[in-house]
Formats: sequence, structure tokens, C-alpha cells
Amino acid sequence: MGIEIFYFLIFPGLLFCTVVGGLISWVDRKITARVQFRKGPPFMQPLYDVIKLLAKETVVPLRGSATTFILTPLFALFGATISAVFIMLPVLGIETGFTGDIIVIVYLLNIPSLTYVIGALASGNPLAAVGASREMKLMLSYELPFLLVLISVIIQSGMLISLSEIIAFQTSNGAFIGSLSGFIGFITVLMCFQAKLGLVPFDMAEGEGEICDGIIIEYSGSILAIFKLTKYIMFLILPALLTGLFFAGLSFSGIHILWSILKIMLIILLISLIRNTNPRVRIEQAMKFFWVWMNLFAIISIILAILGI
Amino acid sequence: MGLKEFCFKKSLWVFHLSAGSCNNCDIEILDLLTPRYDIERFGMKLVGSIRHADVLLVTGIVTNKTKSRVLEIYSQASKPVLVIAIGACPCTGGIFTSSYNFAGPLDKVIPVDAYIPGCPPKPEAMLAGVVKLLKSKNRE
Ligand code: SF4
Repeated sequence: MGIEIFYFLIFPGLLFCTVVGGLISWVDRKITARVQFRKGPPFMQPLYDVIKLLAKETVVPLRGSATTFILTPLFALFGATISAVFIMLPVLGIETGFTGDIIVIVYLLNIPSLTYVIGALASGNPLAAVGASREMKLMLSYELPFLLVLISVIIQSGMLISLSEIIAFQTSNGAFIGSLSGFIGFITVLMCFQAKLGLVPFDMAEGEGEICDGIIIEYSGSILAIFKLTKYIMFLILPALLTGLFFAGLSFSGIHILWSILKIMLIILLISLIRNTNPRVRIEQAMKFFWVWMNLFAIISIILAILGI
Repeated sequence: MGLKEFCFKKSLWVFHLSAGSCNNCDIEILDLLTPRYDIERFGMKLVGSIRHADVLLVTGIVTNKTKSRVLEIYSQASKPVLVIAIGACPCTGGIFTSSYNFAGPLDKVIPVDAYIPGCPPKPEAMLAGVVKLLKSKNRE
């Protein structure tokens, strides 16, 4: 029992993921600043933001359901932490997980997005409702290509459905990114995660220009801080899952630690550059992009995986 | 100075409210985000919702129409929130003092923490004003 609580709360769960995820969000903001020839925020900025938010007053909107409004960020954090444990344990090679955990991860990764939608609808704000509807449509569009690429990965690994076995397979037979089908799958999943993280070009649920931060418009003070922590955790675990699926996972022993950091940083760099070089698309353009192009990519990846290329 | 105040100063999120400006002050505020001034290096950023804001920047005169809105926005903010009057308009009324639609300077409507005069004030003046405000908070 004790070790599970340690896994959940400290390493690789809540504490580790929020600290490293905060660091990654700083890296992302710094890259954004450098791309725009600015200096960017100081190193401790994520910490300052969270502590400041925790110390501020929390306003609960008059119209809307107060209990749901306050509880949803907690569920979001809970879902993100649970999926962090399930992803980080096999990816870091601490424990092997169980057969079929990749399917559990797919479900758990949906909890934060779902709770954003419920929280936004509970706030009773019309702009939040617009944001929630966009977030729902976005979820409908990026889930299918993500699942299809997972199928392609499973086929490539010879029908293994546990993350640690997939990583072990890659360690002995070479990472999937090296094959054509793996490469196409990687691009597809990168796009899906861009949407899952709510970053430009798929940040229409939070479009601060048109709907004033959309789904989080009514959140303030400590519950907004919990949303931030959820975002930080997602910033770490989604790239970590990508490395697990395509780059043979991470490892913290000896010289491998540099190599692991390099893998994560490469993915963060890609995500940051995509977000800095693209405008925000409209929701129906995003749905078209995922349903037509990304599904096509994913199906090509599956066919190539069956052919063994 | 406790940790709370320190973090508050290091991460000021700014909400920009135009009560009835000629739009010149607003453009000068957006100047602060450009690479030349880059307020993100002080941890400041522009937010879209008043619920997230730590600083309320008001530009332009408070007109009879916007007075109730300014009050409502102020009451919706999650406290503590600093109010800064940008430009001659909210400070005194500026060139619109004798306008039929002028509902009084901003500090007659909501409590103001700092005044930054100028028509429009330069971005440097705004930064200097914020720095002075934070320094005066230190002494308290
Ligand atoms: S202070 Fe001057 S520049 Fe600013 S809103 Fe008023 S008239 Fe326009």
C-alpha cells in the first residue's frame, strides 16, 4: 500500500510531474519568447504563478452549479495524476505495469478534457459554453486518429498491448520512429497531442481573443491554480507517452539520462515551433483536418505496419 | 515581505479595460507586449478574463454609459486587485473634462492605486509607474 501512495503522490506522480511539467512549460514559454525575439519569463515563473493563484480569492459564479464548478478541477488533477502514474512507471522503467494498460491510459487521458467541459458548463457563462462545445468537438476529432495510430503501434510490436512490453520490444528491435509507418504515426499523434494540450493552432476552446479564455473564463484563485497544475502534468506526460510509443521510452541510468532529456526536449521543441508558426484555425477546419487528413495518415500508418515497412 | 506578496509581484496578470478611450492608450499598452519592451520578462501577461487578473488597467474617461460596467468589472475581479489609471483621461478627464458624457475621474468610481498621466503615456512611463507602485507596496 505504502509504495502505491508514494508512486501517486511523490514519484512519478503528483510532485514529480508538476515540478518537471512546470519546468517544461517554462521551456515552452522561453522558446516562444526567443522565436519572437523577446527575452521571456524568468526561470521560476511557473512556481510564482501557482503560488500567487493559490493565495488569491476564489470567486464562485452566482448562476451555475457551485459544487460541480469547484469539484471538476480536482477531478482533472486526479485524472492527470493517475494517468501520469500509469504512463511514467513503464516509460521510466520502474515497474512493468499490466497487460492492456495502454487501453486504460487512453481512457484516463480523456478525464482532464472531459472535466474541463463539465466545469465550463457548470459555470453558467455563455462564453464558457461556447468553449466547452468547441472542446467537445475537438475531442471527437482527435480521439479517432490517436486510437488508429495506437493500433498501428500495436501491430508493429507484434500484438503487444502493454506499454512496458512495447518499450522492451523497441529496445531490442529498434525504435518505431525509424520505420516509415512509425514516422507517419508519430506526426499524427503529435498533432493529436497539440490539440489535447490546447495549444495553437488548436486552442479554439480557450481562444483568448474571441471568447476570453473560454472554458476557464470563470475560474479564479486556487481552483485556477489546480487547472494550471493539471496543464503542467499534461505537458510532461503526453511527450513522455510519445517517447514510450515511438522512441523506446526514457531511462534514468548513467549516460541515458542525457539521451532521455534530449528526447523530451525534442518533442517539446516541435510542439513549441508548431504553436509559434501557425495561426489559430476555426473549429470546423480543425475537425476537417483531423477527420480527413489525420485519419488518412493513421490508416496509411496501419497499412504500412501490416506490410511491415 | 512574505512569500505571498513576493509571488504576487513576480506574476502580475493584467486585464485591460477601455472605459471610453480614443484607443490611443490601448495601442500604447499593446506596445508593452512587443519585443522592444516585453513585459513577460517581469512575469506579467495580458489575460482575457477579469477573474484571472491581478491588475486592472483602465484607459479613457468613465462615461455615463460605462460607469456601471466599470463598477461591475471591478466587483467581479478576484481580490487582491490593483487598479491603474492609464492616461490623462481616467486620471482627470483630460481633453474630455467638459464633455456632456463625462461621469467624473476614475477614482470617484473605484479606488485607484496608481495614476499614469500622459496623452497617451509612453510605454516607459507605464513601466516606471508599475515599478513605483510595487515599491510603495514594499514599504507598507
Ligand atoms: S489619455 Fe489621451 S490618448 Fe489616452 S485615451 Fe485619453 S485622449 Fe486618448
